[in-house]
Amino acid sequence: MTATDLTPRPGAAPVGRMLLAQTALETRMLLRNGEQLLLTVVIPTVLLVLFSAVDVVAVDGPGKRVDFLAPGLLALAVMSTAFTGQAIATGFERRYGVLKRLGATPLPRWALLTAKTGCVLVTELLQVLLLSGIALGLGWSPHGNPLAVLLLLVLGTAAFSGLGLLMAGTLRAEATLAGANLVFILLLLAGGVVVPLAKFPDAVRPVLELLPISALSDGLRSVLQLGHGMPWSDLGVLGVWSVLGLAAAARFFRWE
Amino acid sequence: MHADPAVEVTGLVKRYGDKTAVDGLDLAIARGTVTAVLGPNGAGKTTTIETCEGYRRPDAGAVRVLGLDPVAQAGQLKPRIGVMLQSGGVYAGARALEMLHHTAKLYANPLPVGPLAERLGLDSCGRTPYRRLSGGQQQRLALAMAVVGRPELVFLDEPTAGLDPQARRATWELVTELRAAGVTVVLTTHQMDEAEQLADDVAIIDRGRVIAQGSPDLLRGSDAQLRFDGPAGLDLAGLRKVLPDAAAVAEPAPGSYRVEAALDAALLAAVTGWCAEVGVMPDKLAVQRRSLEDVFLDLTGRELR
Repeated sequence: MTATDLTPRPGAAPVGRMLLAQTALETRMLLRNGEQLLLTVVIPTVLLVLFSAVDVVAVDGPGKRVDFLAPGLLALAVMSTAFTGQAIATGFERRYGVLKRLGATPLPRWALLTAKTGCVLVTELLQVLLLSGIALGLGWSPHGNPLAVLLLLVLGTAAFSGLGLLMAGTLRAEATLAGANLVFILLLLAGGVVVPLAKFPDAVRPVLELLPISALSDGLRSVLQLGHGMPWSDLGVLGVWSVLGLAAAARFFRWE
Repeated sequence: MHADPAVEVTGLVKRYGDKTAVDGLDLAIARGTVTAVLGPNGAGKTTTIETCEGYRRPDAGAVRVLGLDPVAQAGQLKPRIGVMLQSGGVYAGARALEMLHHTAKLYANPLPVGPLAERLGLDSCGRTPYRRLSGGQQQRLALAMAVVGRPELVFLDEPTAGLDPQARRATWELVTELRAAGVTVVLTTHQMDEAEQLADDVAIIDRGRVIAQGSPDLLRGSDAQLRFDGPAGLDLAGLRKVLPDAAAVAEPAPGSYRVEAALDAALLAAVTGWCAEVGVMPDKLAVQRRSLEDVFLDLTGRELR
């Protein structure tokens, strides 16, 4: 047995190093998880290819089918990672005492949450590259201001992260798993991702338009498909969800 | 060695709803020592330790760890302590060595991960995801994570629960070396031999209070007892008659006898003489001091909680 020098030399690593290490670990955990990949990569890709090629859903607006579908599936990608994936992963980390154990290390809580956000952004970047590449291959011709797209993606991420963390930090892990998947499917169907909101009855449409997924898919579509300017009302809806979700998560999140 | 204690708990009260888990607990732990915290399940051990680790806010009383408030000064305290939880604490999909490397990266001067993993037998399962590790491997990983940051104080919550004898030995060796290196170790355990072997100081907690604290030697006291085995149901009253008045005679388990008294050769002769008279061979006859387990059971009672 080798002798180990156990003399105390306590100290925290520089916060930048901790942040980088934590972000890298969170991202590795996500990319290694089969169910997460199904959610973040396989489902959006399959939907994009399938509905672009096959006339199953009636699309809306000018251009090819992919011009309607691509913005919706970019919105779905953001929801799958920032909301569903993050909620499920964080819920189980809480259940298995990972959050508790990390709480005893020098890693500050804000740095843990920042690392989670970093992991979400890295994953979303990969998703956007993948989906955009496939869409371009299917003949997608995006329009509009890239800055508006970026702003929508960032606010959408903030809104979905707040809601995902709220769920993960308050419900049992199994309830989060079931709930986050259910919400994913409901919002996929009723949030303008692949089915245009115009197909829904007039009575429910104004309510559906206030959902974060609707605001994100509608905003992305108005820029990328229609070439409109800054979609202020959609950004406003996402901003309100961000503030409410993040504030509620900050207030009610339980670490154990 | 510092004069001020590593851990100082005064009048700690912690309630969960209307249940009082810790009820006015006082505890001082000297620097550079190994302290074993003993107590029946639900006595308040884990709540006390977790309050020292900064996980719980006291409802009343004060807690100082390395002179710091574990909640208000958490940022200063965390880098200086190492924590081993009773279970969990690792991503289900993380590999054993990956998690240890990651934990090391959160500290300024971590131990080299390779030798630490090797001495705790984690090198062979280093690429195994946490959820597939055996219970013992998970325990050893948690122990490695507690010490990898080179802390001056470690809290180990039941570090050897469920370990095989080899792993238990490796854990004991590590604790002994930590102490030799000047690290303060606070551990909880249900294994009395562990406390007797490792601890400089033992604190027995029951119903949310420290009911005894001292070195294992001090707690065991100087009274000796005489034990022997024989047929169950011997006539204890008859044995009592041949012994001095102060002697106590008991049959704690069927066929297992215990005589507590000021022991001398005359007492031993009286007991064996009585055995000869009733035609009983006193098997496993032994004179010994009370064990820590005897002390523990006497203090906390023998009924199940």
